[in-house]
Amino acid sequence: MRKFGRQLRARFLQGFSVAVITYLMIPLALIIILSFNKPRGRQNTSWNQFSIDAWTNICRDPTICRAFSLSVQIAILVTIVATILGTLISFALVRHKFSGKDSATLGVFIPLSTPDVIVGASLLALFLNIFIPLGFWTILIAQITFTISFVVVVVNARLAGMDPRLEQAAMDLYATPFQTFRYVTFPLALPGIAAAALISLSLSFDDYIITSFNSGRLVTFPLYVWNAAQRGIPPQVNVIASLMFLGSLALVALAAIITRRRRLKAFS
Amino acid sequence: MTVTSKPRRIKTAYLLLIPGFAWLFFFFFFPLGSLLATSLKRPLGDSPEAGFAYALQFSNYSQAIAEYWPYYVRAFSFAAIATLFCSLLAYPISYYMAFRAKKYKYLMLVLIVAPFFASFLLRTNAWKTILSSEGAVVGFLNFLGVLPEERILSTSFAVILGLIYNFLPFMILPLFISLDKIDKRLLEAAGDLYATGNQRFWKVVWPLSIPGVVSGTILTFIPASGDYINAELLGGISDKMIGNVIQSQFIILRNYPQASALSFTLMAIVLVFLYLYLRKVGTKELL
Repeated sequence: MRKFGRQLRARFLQGFSVAVITYLMIPLALIIILSFNKPRGRQNTSWNQFSIDAWTNICRDPTICRAFSLSVQIAILVTIVATILGTLISFALVRHKFSGKDSATLGVFIPLSTPDVIVGASLLALFLNIFIPLGFWTILIAQITFTISFVVVVVNARLAGMDPRLEQAAMDLYATPFQTFRYVTFPLALPGIAAAALISLSLSFDDYIITSFNSGRLVTFPLYVWNAAQRGIPPQVNVIASLMFLGSLALVALAAIITRRRRLKAFS
Repeated sequence: MTVTSKPRRIKTAYLLLIPGFAWLFFFFFFPLGSLLATSLKRPLGDSPEAGFAYALQFSNYSQAIAEYWPYYVRAFSFAAIATLFCSLLAYPISYYMAFRAKKYKYLMLVLIVAPFFASFLLRTNAWKTILSSEGAVVGFLNFLGVLPEERILSTSFAVILGLIYNFLPFMILPLFISLDKIDKRLLEAAGDLYATGNQRFWKVVWPLSIPGVVSGTILTFIPASGDYINAELLGGISDKMIGNVIQSQFIILRNYPQASALSFTLMAIVLVFLYLYLRKVGTKELL
């Protein structure tokens, strides 16, 4: 009887998990389906006719592609800066003991838990007060600011799971601190840093709220989507979103294959 | 860790912290000060175009709160309901990923994070399409006669659904991390000591997962209470949250002092929440 109950519970958990993931996927399915639609009017909300027109003609409206490439440029720069700054903080927080650690942790956590409108609004207040014109650089600054804390969280999760004895072993074997870092700590932390970079990329690329406060006249991809939502989002936007989603899955799959192959090599 | 002398390691720690914290100071904490200063400015003329001067106009706050307090109440209640449902959805799936999913663990993790890469505005818009009154979902529910207002879109319910959808991953990830960290041998030990399944959960797993529950709650509740996208896209006029007010005051009406006073009030409430929460768990397990 008891075993039966346990099995039932396991089945329930499994079904529940599948249901939650399905729930997360529903809008994505709709986005992908509607990317193959030829909308009747301006609103691409109901199925009309199958067409690959949007896929072959992504840049029909050049403003879409301009917005997209602006977002990509910004996302790459944001990722580089935020990943470096955040990783350094993370190493200090996890790997070192120092006084003021609790305040430092709090100093990282507060930006993370501040509502986006406040991050955006306070930066706008600053830029207005010191007369900095809004544009590319202000978007960059705003996005790096809110991304740093996410990097710290992700890298921390990886570093905290690392066995500190590995570093001790390296030092026992007369590795210098730099060598220990270069050949032990850094390679072990790398998957965490890569994950953090990937998350920065998506956070930056997808940010609407904070960017909308500090963009001036520039239009990033989310700003384009927002503006287009009123008069109807063209299917090309669905194509770009589908490509981003499927591309991220492909990237992760590739990473998984590479690590597996390396592991096999290490064993043979 | 005993090879290098202690003072040198402390110096390294501060060197590692300086660049990131300099950035956060200049572009996060200092702007908050700027927001505070702006919130106390007084207008030079009758319209916002005339500009504002530095002052200590505390009446900006009393005015803002007197006029807009219902928006705060709505924002925090929507966020609280959404957070509750997020945790109810997130705990079982995080538990499953950490203890049962085995080789599917990382695949599930990827599937939870991957939607981030497709624009969240577009995903929220997709919900708008799915829940629209012409859609199959509303048609079916109306056939059953279970919708009190005969629609989902432009109701508080739709806004809360949107918040749950958009913030669910922020609840799942910290929960999963804290559950995944639990040493599986603890469960075996509990079993060896004749703990039942229920006891094993409530005496071992649950207490160890509390840091995850706390960071998940903070990362869901606080951003959700400042959100305005879901209310804008899925809600009606009477579902606007405080984020909508701040956004329109800043961007459209350009009443910067009023908007800053509203933002700073929100920030103050958020900090109080944060303080109360952290007093319960401390900062050690936070990140």
